[in-house]
Amino acid sequence: MEGEPATTPTPVEIPGNIDPVRRAALAKVAELSGENVYECMQCGTCSAVCPMVDSMNFTTRQGIHYLQFGMVEKVIDARIGEYCASCHTCQVRCPRGIEVPKIFEAVRLLSLRMNEDLITLSEIPKETLEGAPQIAMVSAFRKLTA
Amino acid sequence: MRIAYYPGCTMKTRAASLELAAVEALNVLGVEFTELERWNCCGAVFSLAEDDLIHHVAPVRNLVRAQQEGCDTVVTICSQCYNTLARANLLVRGDQEKLETINRFMDEEPDYEGGIEVIHYLTLLRDHVGWDALKAKVVRPLDGLKVAPFYGCTLLRPDEVSIDPLHEGVLEQFLLALGAEPVAHSAATECCGSYQMLAHPEEGMQRAAKVIGSANHAGAEALVLSCPLCEYNLGTRQSDVVAMGGELKPVPTLYFTQLLGIALGLEPDLYRLDLAGPEARDLLVEKNFVAAATV
Amino acid sequence: METAVVPEVATKTVPIFVMGKKYEVPDTLTIMKALEYAGYQYIRGCGCRGGICGACATVYRKAGDYKIYTGLACQTVVEPEMYLAQIPFYPANRASYDFEEIEATPESIFKLYPELFRCVACNACSKVCPMDVEVLDYVSALKRGDIKAAAEISFDCIQCGLCTSRCMGEMAQYHIAQLARRLYGGKLAPKAEHLQKMCDDIEAGAFDEELAKLKTLGVDDMKKIYTEREMEPAMSDESWKPASSAGLA
Repeated sequence: MEGEPATTPTPVEIPGNIDPVRRAALAKVAELSGENVYECMQCGTCSAVCPMVDSMNFTTRQGIHYLQFGMVEKVIDARIGEYCASCHTCQVRCPRGIEVPKIFEAVRLLSLRMNEDLITLSEIPKETLEGAPQIAMVSAFRKLTA
Repeated sequence: MRIAYYPGCTMKTRAASLELAAVEALNVLGVEFTELERWNCCGAVFSLAEDDLIHHVAPVRNLVRAQQEGCDTVVTICSQCYNTLARANLLVRGDQEKLETINRFMDEEPDYEGGIEVIHYLTLLRDHVGWDALKAKVVRPLDGLKVAPFYGCTLLRPDEVSIDPLHEGVLEQFLLALGAEPVAHSAATECCGSYQMLAHPEEGMQRAAKVIGSANHAGAEALVLSCPLCEYNLGTRQSDVVAMGGELKPVPTLYFTQLLGIALGLEPDLYRLDLAGPEARDLLVEKNFVAAATV
Repeated sequence: METAVVPEVATKTVPIFVMGKKYEVPDTLTIMKALEYAGYQYIRGCGCRGGICGACATVYRKAGDYKIYTGLACQTVVEPEMYLAQIPFYPANRASYDFEEIEATPESIFKLYPELFRCVACNACSKVCPMDVEVLDYVSALKRGDIKAAAEISFDCIQCGLCTSRCMGEMAQYHIAQLARRLYGGKLAPKAEHLQKMCDDIEAGAFDEELAKLKTLGVDDMKKIYTEREMEPAMSDESWKPASSAGLA
């Protein structure tokens, strides 16, 4: 509808038994993504369709589960956000309509906004920079550099 | 409709083979358009953070350009550009506050008023030219060439920007209109690996291997693409991917617009087979779609 | 000693703030002259004093105004309540390359300056440029591989570094543009063949005799030759030819 915000953000109700530090990290993920991880019913479809899931230390479904416990740092360590290719298959298949890519973008941003690059430009081989289309550099740097 | 064509960065260098035939085809098909005179890189990916506005400035600035040049529709061929421009457009049209903030930030530009439509080239062909009209202009039908269509991600996801919301198979319809035979394969709408080929090459190549394997399995003679990044992952890097071992066989990759150029009988220097792989050139010569001398 | 800084004409003074400290300076002075009036001595951040070397880049704000303004200190006249700081140098990554070896392709530039792709088209660079260079447009041109357009659009750049100081992508735009201009001018632009021919003629000795003759003359004879030289009339047409064709092809 014209004039209204695209999503009316509802505050995510984080269970009281999650410790304050984790609570703050999860609240940040909720704020940046606009998504409620507690809507996830852990069906595992996102993991099943994720093209990069084998590269991640644990699956996307597990990632959401860890987030439900506020264990954001574990999700960062699992490098889910780093290996995500932003293909959005998880989003279109999620039976709850959760915008999963936004959640993992939020996790990525927790590092990036602290000026921590997730890839290092100087480590990219020169031949790659010469041979890859500009679109590859623009998208990789936007998603993975601070 | 006053159409502005938005090229995107890669079109002017290595993806010239995606652009040239497509642009000339519009002339052959009687579609009036102008190329945007002044444009900037759209950013290639759509920023997903709720509070992020700066990454939407790049695509919105291009919509302002289209507005300034008196157009109401932006057509683009690169799938990633399409996705980014279309999503940015939807975002600002649906959120007045964000649009105002972005307009205020771009204080050196006129305000974006939200009146531009962003469509992909295939949508233009389907909805504004029509498959029958396209078929009527084909002078060199593709003789049942078995082509595995590859959509990739950005043409179809998320739902609100899908060029094929009713799952009718836009690429398949396109290929049929040119006289080719689309072959179904499991990875048609899967991800090619995207920027991971650059960021994490090993994992990127594994992803590409799945897609190539899928085309092999379906008995495709060629894999047809719409995005320069898919082309890099599945075409340019194919020899590295196949060399990883396993049962992969090389499969020629071509842009859908190169097939369009051949079918419409356009000049060979418009579909730039010099930028395609040797397997693609050999295939086309073998099938008599192009004269050996032109490659 | 001649006080060249303060003009003879009666002027009023205005307050300006230099790095937070207030000074009253005559309102007809440029920022550079005002700083010297206030007692600052330039040992850096000052060069041609003529608006073209890019050494005296200055950032300032005005009272009650959030906007950032920029200018060259040697060219910009002070305004009341101007709140300024100079940016004589902003750290900028400059890639090393061998100009003789480098290929004049977009990929050469991408390889040396991958940070080019971090541009988010925020346009802060163009807004801050004291020479009104359309920085975003040349960065866009570079990203799409158009070296010629980047060279042309960046022509007026004086390498002051203000764009670099504001860049969200942490690029040193002016270094990348300079590479583009060097590649275009040195390797892509068509060569002026008549210039090359003239150089060849000179090296082949076509003018050696004339020059040798001139070297034997005294100052007065040289002056005579100079003032009496044949000159093309102001309103001549294409058919005009000089009377003497000495030294011409």
